[in-house]
Amino acid sequence: MVEGVRAYRLIAGMWIRSTMAYRASFAMTTLGNFLATVFDFVTIMLMFGHVDALGGYSLPETALLYGMAATAFGLADLLLGSLDRIGERVRDGTFDTLLVRPVPVLVQVAADRFALRRVGRIIQGLMVLGYALVVLDIDWTPLKVLLVPLAVVSGGAFFGAVYVGGSVVQFFAQDAAQVQNSFTYGGQTLLQYPPSVFARELVRGVTFVVPLAFVSWLPALYVLGREYPVALPEWVAFLSPLVAAGCGLLAGLAWRAGLRAYRSTGS
Amino acid sequence: MRVYAVVAAGGFRRHATYRMATMAGIFTNTVFGFIIAYTYTALWAERPDLGGYDTAQALTYVWLGQALLMTCSLMGGGFENELMERIRTGDIAIDLYRPADLQCWYLAGDLGRAAFNFLGRGVVPMTIGAFAFDLALPVSPWTWLAFLVSLALGVVVSFAVRFLVALAAFWLMDGAGVLQISFLTGLFFSGLLLPLNLFPGLLGEVARALPWSAFLQVPADVFLGERTGWDLVGALAFQAGWALVLLSTGRVLQSVATRRVVVQGG
Repeated sequence: MVEGVRAYRLIAGMWIRSTMAYRASFAMTTLGNFLATVFDFVTIMLMFGHVDALGGYSLPETALLYGMAATAFGLADLLLGSLDRIGERVRDGTFDTLLVRPVPVLVQVAADRFALRRVGRIIQGLMVLGYALVVLDIDWTPLKVLLVPLAVVSGGAFFGAVYVGGSVVQFFAQDAAQVQNSFTYGGQTLLQYPPSVFARELVRGVTFVVPLAFVSWLPALYVLGREYPVALPEWVAFLSPLVAAGCGLLAGLAWRAGLRAYRSTGS
Repeated sequence: MRVYAVVAAGGFRRHATYRMATMAGIFTNTVFGFIIAYTYTALWAERPDLGGYDTAQALTYVWLGQALLMTCSLMGGGFENELMERIRTGDIAIDLYRPADLQCWYLAGDLGRAAFNFLGRGVVPMTIGAFAFDLALPVSPWTWLAFLVSLALGVVVSFAVRFLVALAAFWLMDGAGVLQISFLTGLFFSGLLLPLNLFPGLLGEVARALPWSAFLQVPADVFLGERTGWDLVGALAFQAGWALVLLSTGRVLQSVATRRVVVQGG
């Protein structure tokens, strides 16, 4: 584990140094990444230019959902976003070179082409989150104060598990990277809107089947003191770390099984 | 002329090869279609007739956005990465001594790509959307025909923009920045995130006048029956006008750029 983290740091550091060789390009792409996510929130602001509430939620309330989901996804995207290129590596055969190196394969793929510019997404998420926390009139308790960062970090871990799980699929279906986007980018898009917007079945699905709701909906609704559309006890909001750990474990097992079953395409 | 038909057919076949990627793309388009459709439902529940659309039209707009995402390359993607790479490595020299025009060659290939993506990644999500939601599909065959014309023009304008983006590689060492700007403008100004008639004031007016509105907003309005009679002629002329301006600019830039090409022997 410690060895893996060290290897990740070394590989990521190498990529950061190489990106820094073209500083102007780095500045431009970081700004671009930041702007791409800004447009996401601008869209929501434009919507609220026409209405006062969406699904019964105000703009600051929606911003809280958005900020938590975007920051959580941003963390996973920064650390593990490169995993979505694994199908490409399997296809062109460069995946095999990773197998012979004395460093965990997952670490190598995750740190490969580490893109520091992806912090743009985290910065934007934190800015929206900050705006929400300043504007909203929340009845703060110690538990609520604790819950926000806890949920964001757990959410990051959950999205990380999705990235790992999705990369296993790519072992077998090499050009299906798009499916992963449905759960990562799609998941974030879903979570940035209030749950009351969606059909009850869909909300149930992302609570019990693909537990996306634990990233932002459940914790944020606890903080806001609002009711979740699916009846659940209040303490469920604090389960995010457990859910993330469970998903992480499953993804880890899937990764091992996938790696063992991997057959090279040859050259 | 025959050569371009062959190139277009090649573009179609080339993209048709990636069956798994197409299936994955259909899945993703459908998932996003559902998510956005629900948010639009909530929005139009608060304000019926927002932007001049009723709820059924708004939902149709959502699914059209997903259907045209790849067809009109709303967020870029397609030949421009490859062309930039060829310019960077010098392979462009091979393209230049082909007995075909560079711009027409890539346009033909891109039309083939668009045709495949329309059938492969457009029709299926749209059909699923039509089963799941109450959509406003055109009744008159003339509307369908006008839509196809508008769609084709949209693809050409989109091509013309991306061709200019790719040609920038002749002057820039690294095209990542331009590609990203192109991605962002496409995402926001095509109307993919939100119909351009919902953009307020001056921002809306500017957005509707820019070429990106020809990618999605104009074909969608034709499909939804918002543009009829002389208004329809105006819409198509708007698209054709941008196509003409941007293609000619590409032409001029292409001849300036190719004079810069120095082929190294070896």
